Amino acid sequence: MSNSINHARNAAQFNQDPQKVTWHDKALWHVREKRDSSAQQIQEWETLRTLASQIKAHTLSQLGDYLELFEKQALQNGIRVHWAADAQEHNQIVYRLLQKHQVSKVVKSKSMLTEECQLNTFLYQKGIQVTDTDLGERIVQLAKEPPSHIVLPAIHKTREEVGELFHRTMQTEAGNSDPTYLTKAARKDLREKFLNADAAITGVNFAVAETGEFVVCTNEGNVDLGANLPNLHIACMGIEKVIPEQKDLGVFLRLLARSATGQPITTFSSHFKKPSKGREIHLILVDNGRSEQLNREDFRSSLQCIRCGACMNTCPIYRRSGGHSYEATIPGPIGAILSPGKDLKKYSQLPFASTLCGACSAVCPVKIDIDTQLYKWRQIIGKDKSLFTKKTLMMKIGGKMLGDYSLYHFTAQLGKRALRLLPSWLINNHFNAWGKSREIPEVPVQTFSTWFKNQQHHEHKK
Amino acid sequence: MPHIGLFIPCYIEQFYPQVGVATYELLKTLGYQISFPLHQTCCGQPLANSGYACESKKSVTQLLSRFEAYDYVVGPSASCVYHIRQHTASLLKDHKPLKNTAQKFLDLTEFIFSQNRQNDIQGFFDGRIALHKSCHGLRRLKLGKCSELMGKEENQQAVLLQQIEGIEIVTPQRADECCGFGGTFAVTQEVLSTRMGMDRLQDYLNAGAEILTSGDMSCLMHLDGLIKRNHLPLKTMHLAEILYQAVQQKQSSVKSSAYVQ
Repeated sequence: MSNSINHARNAAQFNQDPQKVTWHDKALWHVREKRDSSAQQIQEWETLRTLASQIKAHTLSQLGDYLELFEKQALQNGIRVHWAADAQEHNQIVYRLLQKHQVSKVVKSKSMLTEECQLNTFLYQKGIQVTDTDLGERIVQLAKEPPSHIVLPAIHKTREEVGELFHRTMQTEAGNSDPTYLTKAARKDLREKFLNADAAITGVNFAVAETGEFVVCTNEGNVDLGANLPNLHIACMGIEKVIPEQKDLGVFLRLLARSATGQPITTFSSHFKKPSKGREIHLILVDNGRSEQLNREDFRSSLQCIRCGACMNTCPIYRRSGGHSYEATIPGPIGAILSPGKDLKKYSQLPFASTLCGACSAVCPVKIDIDTQLYKWRQIIGKDKSLFTKKTLMMKIGGKMLGDYSLYHFTAQLGKRALRLLPSWLINNHFNAWGKSREIPEVPVQTFSTWFKNQQHHEHKK
Repeated sequence: MPHIGLFIPCYIEQFYPQVGVATYELLKTLGYQISFPLHQTCCGQPLANSGYACESKKSVTQLLSRFEAYDYVVGPSASCVYHIRQHTASLLKDHKPLKNTAQKFLDLTEFIFSQNRQNDIQGFFDGRIALHKSCHGLRRLKLGKCSELMGKEENQQAVLLQQIEGIEIVTPQRADECCGFGGTFAVTQEVLSTRMGMDRLQDYLNAGAEILTSGDMSCLMHLDGLIKRNHLPLKTMHLAEILYQAVQQKQSSVKSSAYVQ
């Protein structure tokens, strides 16, 4: 299967630099710790999570109605609403709008949806200059890489690497990796892009059905600067981002930043309700596989995700394999349950990039049962005939063996005898993935059953 | 007193009989009537976690059918017990009695607390011990509060250890990070599994642990393999082994003091 991604191989590659793994793990664990201490300040934290989960589940159960209500309210406010069935349609709508307004330069704030639709690549091909204005996004854009994390897109890069990148692309001083210096350089470069932009593209964190407004959360204020300078603002959102009422924001805004970075709230929560005079706001509602996921009962709740990234910071695998190892727009545990819904064959290894430890589900602010869904995807992949592999055959044999006690007992004994008789160099070699870095357990003189039978025998004698 | 069926997971049967012995003897000292039905098979978790739960039906049916007669089925493995309770029902759609049997499975710690016997295990054991909280025990069977959840700190296995004289419990920096065993994950993602295990061990060593204990021998099998390969100054013991040795120590000291008198 040449077109399926190989997470194990990617992870092994990332681990060729053990110090980088240590650094990456620690950097993200630090974010997790910040999340813990800020959540501890909120006495009703677990109640908030339950509430958020219920609001999202309720909304998804009547998604069509809420989307129509949102559209109606937004239209009344003067926001122009578009519907896109897939990524291609979304990109076409954006391009049509840009063409209509004769736009050649766009500033874009962080939006995982536009990453998912590969909007940048599409617009580059049309000759449009797109500048990502979120600092982390800007770094990966300059490096011509995809983001490795949904909240911290450039977390895989050390500041030395960023210094080198900025020197190469923005002519900063060679060898200078001082974060303040680099940030100032990026800011200066971005200011010019902001001032010359003909249009702004932003993402959407929450769309309120009741009022027709939408909210975008950032720490850098780049959304406001981008959206308020040019006359055209295009906001792109997945259809699962709608929430019923304005008061629900009181639940989600409290959870989002705390879960993401440990901040009580993002520095900017920008509300957009109606365009100011002479300006236009266009909002694109994108499906791109979401309705299909909504129809999969076992995986429906994956659409509750508010993109905080807490599951990534928490996941012991993600921290040690890096976001790029998933080769998916959304990496980490949540990505591993979303991606197979988009392309089962391509992402069939992702649900196995987990020990099913369950830390993701316990940290999730909207209580998505991520590890249960990983388990369920595994069963679907196991049954899929088109994914039939050598592993399938081995598991079928394994199932027969384990199900038949005498056969199971015989093979176990045979295996154990082999372990006892074979020299360790033969067992602990590179063909044996267990023995590569671990000793195999020593073989005891008797099994528990044998001990028990002897014991019973002695007790009867007494 | 309820009648208990002793469930010994397949890898404990084969590789760690001493854990089975300790579990059996510990339950006996608590006064329970225990039976050990022979010919137990695997709970099917390795197959199921690999995506082949459907292939494990025969093994699961065979295992559960051994235990229909008991009030409780107790085993020294949170992970196997969780799997049996949570994931076997879908395989047994047409078999109600076996489905009921699956719900009688309890992990050793769970059983002790369900019977309110947690204060009845007293004894002496000398050692600086770190408790490795297995993910399935912690986050699935809820033997304690995991670090992701907010609220009062609690852990049933720690309570059991705290009651033993002579034990000093040491605390790692990361309270409950996964050790990287994960069943077949240990071989399919050998590099990550090893790295995760080594990170855990370093954390326990930094905390000053001499002995690493857990309610799940599978985590310890992986960690012990790493300890031995890297010659680390750590020893692994199942929780049941520590508790039983502690109880034994006390009994023998009571006996010897009686002899002196």
